[in-house]
Amino acid sequence: MSAPPVYLDHNATTPLDPRVREAMLPWLGERHGNPSSIHRYGQAAREAVEAAREEVAALLGARPAEVVLTASGTEANNAVVLGAGRRAGFAGRVVLSAFEHPSVRAAADVVEAAGMEVVRVLPGADGVVDAAEMLAAVTPDTRLVALMLANNEVGTLQPVAEVAAASRARGVPVLCDAVQAVGKVPVSVGELGCDFLTLGGHKFHGPLGAAALRLRPGAELEPLLVGGSQERRRRASTENVPAVVGLGAACGHARRELAERGRHLAELRDRFEAGVREAIPDVRLHATGSPRLPNTSHLAVPGIEGEALLIRLDLAGFAVSTGSACASGTVEPSPGLRAMGMAPEEALASIRVSFGMTNTADEVDRFLAALVRETGELRRLMPAAAVEAAV
Amino acid sequence: MTVAAAAHARSDRRAEAPASAGLTAVAMSGGLDSSVAAWLLAEAGEGPVVGLSMLLWDALAEEGGAPAAAPASGRCCGALDLGDAKRVARQAGIPHYTLRMDAEFREKVVDPFVDEYLAGRTPSPCVRCNTRVKFDLLLDRARRLGARRLATGHYARIADGPAGPELHAAAHREKDQSYFLFELTREQLAASVFPLGELSKDEVRAVASRTGLVVAEKGESMEICFVAGGVREFVEREAGRRGAGGGGGNGLVPLGEGAAIVDREGRELGRGSPYYRYTVGQRRGLGVSSTAAGGGGGGRLYVLAIDPAANRVTVGGADELARPAFTGRGLHWIHPELDLAADDAATAGVEATVKIRSRHPGVAARVRPLPGRRCEVEFATPQHGVAPGQAAVFYRGSRVLGGCWIA
Repeated sequence: MSAPPVYLDHNATTPLDPRVREAMLPWLGERHGNPSSIHRYGQAAREAVEAAREEVAALLGARPAEVVLTASGTEANNAVVLGAGRRAGFAGRVVLSAFEHPSVRAAADVVEAAGMEVVRVLPGADGVVDAAEMLAAVTPDTRLVALMLANNEVGTLQPVAEVAAASRARGVPVLCDAVQAVGKVPVSVGELGCDFLTLGGHKFHGPLGAAALRLRPGAELEPLLVGGSQERRRRASTENVPAVVGLGAACGHARRELAERGRHLAELRDRFEAGVREAIPDVRLHATGSPRLPNTSHLAVPGIEGEALLIRLDLAGFAVSTGSACASGTVEPSPGLRAMGMAPEEALASIRVSFGMTNTADEVDRFLAALVRETGELRRLMPAAAVEAAV
Repeated sequence: MTVAAAAHARSDRRAEAPASAGLTAVAMSGGLDSSVAAWLLAEAGEGPVVGLSMLLWDALAEEGGAPAAAPASGRCCGALDLGDAKRVARQAGIPHYTLRMDAEFREKVVDPFVDEYLAGRTPSPCVRCNTRVKFDLLLDRARRLGARRLATGHYARIADGPAGPELHAAAHREKDQSYFLFELTREQLAASVFPLGELSKDEVRAVASRTGLVVAEKGESMEICFVAGGVREFVEREAGRRGAGGGGGNGLVPLGEGAAIVDREGRELGRGSPYYRYTVGQRRGLGVSSTAAGGGGGGRLYVLAIDPAANRVTVGGADELARPAFTGRGLHWIHPELDLAADDAATAGVEATVKIRSRHPGVAARVRPLPGRRCEVEFATPQHGVAPGQAAVFYRGSRVLGGCWIA
């Protein structure tokens, strides 16, 4: 009776590419084996894991031996930040942007509580961290600099190469959380020059439960998980073979299709942003003047609540987000947006629309119509005083 | 039918629910009653239904010692019950959302609850929660989501009357919860649905069992939902946290100091618990033995009055407890033009059956309105346990006329 729901929350997670699923299925069915086993089952699993590692490395322009497979981007980010703290005996400084992903921010809180000095550099209102400002915080006793490649909320790209080059020149290692960027924009570890780079397969049509940390040769990692010699003693655990195989497949497809993906995503986004500007003239699109991901639109409609709009859109069959996905499904003003200097009211009035490869122009148009209808209804229902307060 | 089969038997109605066509929101706590209410609404198929849960109180953060003020990134957990609400919504095939309303709950319910105890009264937090949270805030938020109506799992009924929707007691009086709803306005009643109003608790339980709802075996929740341990400990922790003046109590009496238990003549019979531990009409746990009382015939002792400023609790015999009348504040009539229309309403008052606590059977009385939303309530026969802070609710037959707060 009504059209199927439309998924527009790809920065949270993406649907599995059917080709990736095909690649995984044997390892969820007739094939199995522990890659550490000496027998033929183990050898076959090892071969599958190493083939996937090669795909991950190829996507980044890295060597397979530099890739540590992990279960999530959060794990990889935690390992780097907590590991840097432990290596330094929790002395010295950590510098990070104030709107890093929570897996970096919370890990920084941990090393801070253990005695390190943590400097959080605020991004500008344009959603971009000023490289000079960040570098000014890097002192001789700085043990780690963390700067994400693409912000998960507004989608802005950060000056990682510049920060990494200058930091490395001072002997300070750099973590680049590239979880939101990989698979959407070209990511080359050679160009970025960071010591640690993290990615997660489910953000680009791979499976949940497989992610990776790439180490620059010579970069030291204190393992988070111990108890086995897997991943060259950098991450103990029996490899999650089906998910790793899926990650490899997703990386392979992303590498071959990256330019095409960028074009498709940008087309959808531009169609949406042009349409929403026309239909809702007072809409505020955030950070559109900054370098950013091709798939992410972040906007506030004056006088509405993002939470109410999100629920109305969901009831109407359109899945968007108001910021970081939250475990229990509740909504709070996002610390990341606050770090950009956004007023709480503006942050709470914001929604994030993130497109994916399966979205179509027709879906964008239907979403636009729903957005206009639902924001109109909400404005009608909001008392004038509340509208003023929310603006 | 098994749980899995019941869940399977229902397709997701999400896609069939146009956001604007008569959407009904149902408040879901995860408990048995609201779960069955949600199920019945979904089963009736009279229009799209959306389940809403309120995250009201994060016990872990509030009582775990960590200050709950900072909106720490990632602190986003709710009561376990809300997980049940989500599962029931899945089973009923309705979409479900959790709305964070803990700041409002603290402001409108928890803080006044503590204030009332510190003022020597016995609050009715459930009434306040219904009035200020469910039917003021949640109904408003449900409307913003496009809902026309808000359903709850209350045992009460709404009937069309000459002056608009009327609030009535539940068909089965032993479960009636209309007492807790007396402050609702006509406008709120017009937007409310009580699917359990005609059902008995057994029937509600039977629906849950028959349909395999995950909450079928849940027990009754009679306690105040945000007070995990004792009320005294809760009040002291909250009051201590405020830390205002004299040790965080009422500013006059240090927290935790035992009250003087006195008789009518002011003779001290002993030291008891702090004054905010007592309720007028209370008999058990006074902290002094009955025989300590010289007067009152040596019978059982009851709390007659509480003086928070002096930390004094007056006790006496049952015969001294009875009161012929009381003054009410916060007077509310659901249909004033209906019930106060008579010329003599202001002078002679309105005849009503009055319940002075939720489990009170009701007594014939005359309610005389006074200026400033106050009133004088005169019982036909004197009543025990007229406790300041409790709600007094006026009925005529099954219909709720309105009510007030015992001053």
